Amino acid sequence: MSLKDRVTECLGTDLIELSEFRGDVCVEIPKDRVVEVMTKLKQEEGFDFLSDVFGVDNLDLYAAKAKKAKKKKKGEEEEEEPKKQGPPPPRFEVIYLLLSLSTNERLQVRVRVPEDDMDVPSVTGIWRSATWPEREAFDMYGFKFKGHPNLRRLLMWDEFEDHPLRKDYPLEGKGEERHLNYDTV
Amino acid sequence: MNFQAIQGEGWLLTKAEQLINWGRSRSPWPFPYGTACCGIELMCALASGYDMARFGAERVAFTPRQCDVLIEAGTITKKMVPVLKRIYAQMAEPKWVIAVGACACTGGVFRTYSTQQGIGSVIPVDIYIPGCPPRPEGILYALLKLIDKIEADHPLYKKRQQVVEALEATK
Repeated sequence: MSLKDRVTECLGTDLIELSEFRGDVCVEIPKDRVVEVMTKLKQEEGFDFLSDVFGVDNLDLYAAKAKKAKKKKKGEEEEEEPKKQGPPPPRFEVIYLLLSLSTNERLQVRVRVPEDDMDVPSVTGIWRSATWPEREAFDMYGFKFKGHPNLRRLLMWDEFEDHPLRKDYPLEGKGEERHLNYDTV
Repeated sequence: MNFQAIQGEGWLLTKAEQLINWGRSRSPWPFPYGTACCGIELMCALASGYDMARFGAERVAFTPRQCDVLIEAGTITKKMVPVLKRIYAQMAEPKWVIAVGACACTGGVFRTYSTQQGIGSVIPVDIYIPGCPPRPEGILYALLKLIDKIEADHPLYKKRQQVVEALEATK
């Protein structure tokens, strides 16, 4: 039984989308089922190692797609103003890279996160190694990992206010500077 | 040295300055502040092949209180800036700074939100070494240039100017 079939069977109704690219399997699961699905994957499929947790900001991608759709529609029928269909797609994604040390199989798990609800269940209870990657993802994108034991910034300093890997953050920053008062530290 | 002796650029003053500069220029003890790959080149310059000790950089100080030259080799992130400032403040006078490599000079390729665009904007720098990273010869050359700079210095004359200015300010 291939990994694809086993994962499909294991996830059942929690599986939103499964894709495969050159042997790498990627599944998408709903945000509120993260802990249950991950526990199942660890215990039943043997994904006992969490390689990484990181985020993706699809701001530009969605903007480009929306623009393209608008253009196409205008070319076809010019009188009708193109309307947005349904809510906009969630802007962020959290991606978990799992590895099974016994079978040397890898699995990518994606969770879509809308901009107005950045809460994501933490997987630190399943893999302890998730603590620092989740802190980094919080630092760079602003995901609020619920249940994380110590959700502080990992790379930027504590007083830093933005999340610099978001696409709307300027590359050269907004002129933030770090000041330390050593008398009180 | 009493006040009479350092009044004017007399023989005693210049000879004493030469003596002080002789001592300072022949023992520029470095503080290796290696934060990135330039630190490896700095280690190479300090080790036996290039042997920076030939020029008096004999003892590498791992406390800022016992060194003369802060050799800043590598990228300084904005998170690190207060630490660098504090280390510079902890060094005893006289002190000099060498910025090694493109990152320390200008921020280098890291023109981003997290990188300080050159340490010259946070602490005074005496010698800038370009290169990514510069070769150990470059670091040795910078040390020799710094020695030239130290030898051309007028520590006592500067001190006298300060005293004179302070006296004039009280009048």
